[in-house]
Amino acid sequence: MSSRQEGPIGLVDPPSIGRLISALERRGWLVAGPTVRDGAIVYDRLQSIDDLPRGWTEDQEAGRYRLEHSGDNALFGYNLGPQSWKKYLHPPEVRLLEASRENGLLKILNQAEPLPRYAFLGVRPCELEAIQVLDRVLIGDRFSDPIYEGRRKNLFLIAVNCSRTAPTCFCTSMGTGPRARRGYDLAITEILEGGRHEFLIEAGTAQGAAVLEELHPRKAGPDDSGLAEKLTQRAANQIRRRLDTESLRDLMYANWEHPRWDQVASRCLSCGNCTMVCPTCFCTDVEDTSDVRGERAERWRRWDSCYTLSFSHIHGGSVRWSVKSRYRQWLTHKLASWIEQFGGSGCVGCGRCITWCPVGIDLTEEVRAIRETPARASTRRENRNGEP
Amino acid sequence: MNSRRKLKIGVFKFASCDGCQLSLLGAEDELLGVADAVDIAYFPEASSAMLKGPYDIGLVEGSITTHDDAGRIQKVRKQCRTLITIGACATAGGIQALRNWVDTEEYVSAVYATPGYIRTLSMSTPIAGHVPVDFELRGCPINKNHLLEVISAALIGRKPNIPAYSVCVECKRRENVCIAVARGVACLGPVTQAGCGAICPAYGRGCYGCYGPMETPNTAALTAQLRVLGNDGNRIRRAYRGFNAWALEFRKAGEECE
Ligand code: SF4
Ligand code: SF4
Ligand code: SF4
Repeated sequence: MSSRQEGPIGLVDPPSIGRLISALERRGWLVAGPTVRDGAIVYDRLQSIDDLPRGWTEDQEAGRYRLEHSGDNALFGYNLGPQSWKKYLHPPEVRLLEASRENGLLKILNQAEPLPRYAFLGVRPCELEAIQVLDRVLIGDRFSDPIYEGRRKNLFLIAVNCSRTAPTCFCTSMGTGPRARRGYDLAITEILEGGRHEFLIEAGTAQGAAVLEELHPRKAGPDDSGLAEKLTQRAANQIRRRLDTESLRDLMYANWEHPRWDQVASRCLSCGNCTMVCPTCFCTDVEDTSDVRGERAERWRRWDSCYTLSFSHIHGGSVRWSVKSRYRQWLTHKLASWIEQFGGSGCVGCGRCITWCPVGIDLTEEVRAIRETPARASTRRENRNGEP
Repeated sequence: MNSRRKLKIGVFKFASCDGCQLSLLGAEDELLGVADAVDIAYFPEASSAMLKGPYDIGLVEGSITTHDDAGRIQKVRKQCRTLITIGACATAGGIQALRNWVDTEEYVSAVYATPGYIRTLSMSTPIAGHVPVDFELRGCPINKNHLLEVISAALIGRKPNIPAYSVCVECKRRENVCIAVARGVACLGPVTQAGCGAICPAYGRGCYGCYGPMETPNTAALTAQLRVLGNDGNRIRRAYRGFNAWALEFRKAGEECE
């Protein structure tokens, strides 16, 4: 539990979080973070400390989310809303290309937008891991996505450790939280205990240390660090949801014909919400369009989902026409084949797909059901009826 | 302009509110700007005599509700190389398909002073129930950009980019907070085809299902969830019985709530 990034540590008061926002802006970062909108905590541009969800928390369960008053002044007293940082790093819609026909010649009109420099304030430990997962996918050894890489490399990351957890969280199963261990510039633990309201800030990088310095933090002692550790430990102890990862990949591969897939398919809407809210789902579609004159063409990239029929459309039709095959594809990729492909699980245990599934399908339940009645040898037979 | 052949488009109206033709009028700037590429002729209900074809594309608005129209659509089909139906009336029967569950004659005699003048079919049915249709453009009303997309695609000979997946995909791309999950609002988004850009959820209203059933709608699962959210069978049936009430999956879903 102790292998944390080492760096300067300090204590600051609540107004200093506002000063942190200004300090980042002065250094040229666009600060994005949690704010209340339309009955949820979403990520948006932050101009001042007043944009933060002070005094707000949420209640989450499978298929249900409610914004609630926390009854205190905590700035980070919630856990996770519907959006993840993916929306900035891997935007939902991007125009890749614009071209026009002029005098019989094709002219490429690429007006690449200047790359934004974002500072993310309030990155939960599981989300920090999700960014690492996206890094492994989108900044590969051989192929990189320039849109992601460009946005990623200028990032300033401020993690906020969790001192409470939502009932949908299962980061402890996935080894991703509730305390940030790596990958941040600054990591904050909000201390709201016995009349005390302070923030313990740890720097993880030199640029993080420089920003922390600017806040003139009070020196933090071992007691303060101990308290922060205790708060996140308490959060960890609150977690009830569990995903048993023991030989999970083998379990998934051995059970591709488990009857549970039919059961979940009868409930699944194939709406795609789970993939849209997942901080690591990265699939996109590329669409070419032309105007009525046939003189202008554009190429757009949009978030896609393995729950759509067009996703697996090859000549002759869709390969995964049954909802069963689509749910199975999603879960098996996320928890099993992702490991082979990218060297780690595709799930960080944030629980978003559980909360934001309109019918409350819970992947931890699905895995449990499969584990409880594992495959008999015969279920590994060849798929003779050609069912996808 | 390149050397493409001029495209002849005919617009034919059946039982409808004209809302989709308004979308077409809204697209006229773009279309007439290419007057050397397309020719548009309108055929309002009465003027079946003006049916001089053939047309490269026939855009058909409205549903079939009378004997005359049932005959007219056959003639229209013969005049059009490609027949595209536009809007919920043409693709599903429209809101007027609510008559399909009631005794039409009884209604006619209750509403009209001289019911003898009224000649109508007992059902409102989609165009595809009468003639083969090449492409169905959904929506109540249709999205102007979709119409331009379909025509542009036809002009260049490519596949139009019209999604068949759920409204939820658009809703999430637009960064809406899901009102079904965050507020318990009854929303048909998960079983409805995308296309509107998730307008209603963006303004706090549940999806009304204007674009009809999505590619693989699981209405049984949504109905079960709507009950969990506190809606009784009556309310759920009314939700499915909107502009696309007669679309197969919504029709069945509504009937299962009886
Ligand atoms: S699969 Fe679900 S719990 Fe896992 S990272 Fe994605 S949204 Fe979070
Ligand atoms: S699991 Fe839930 S969110 Fe995902 S596609 Fe199925 S119904 Fe939609
Ligand atoms: S508000 Fe409606 S359309 Fe949007 S994600 Fe939720 S269920 Fe789907």
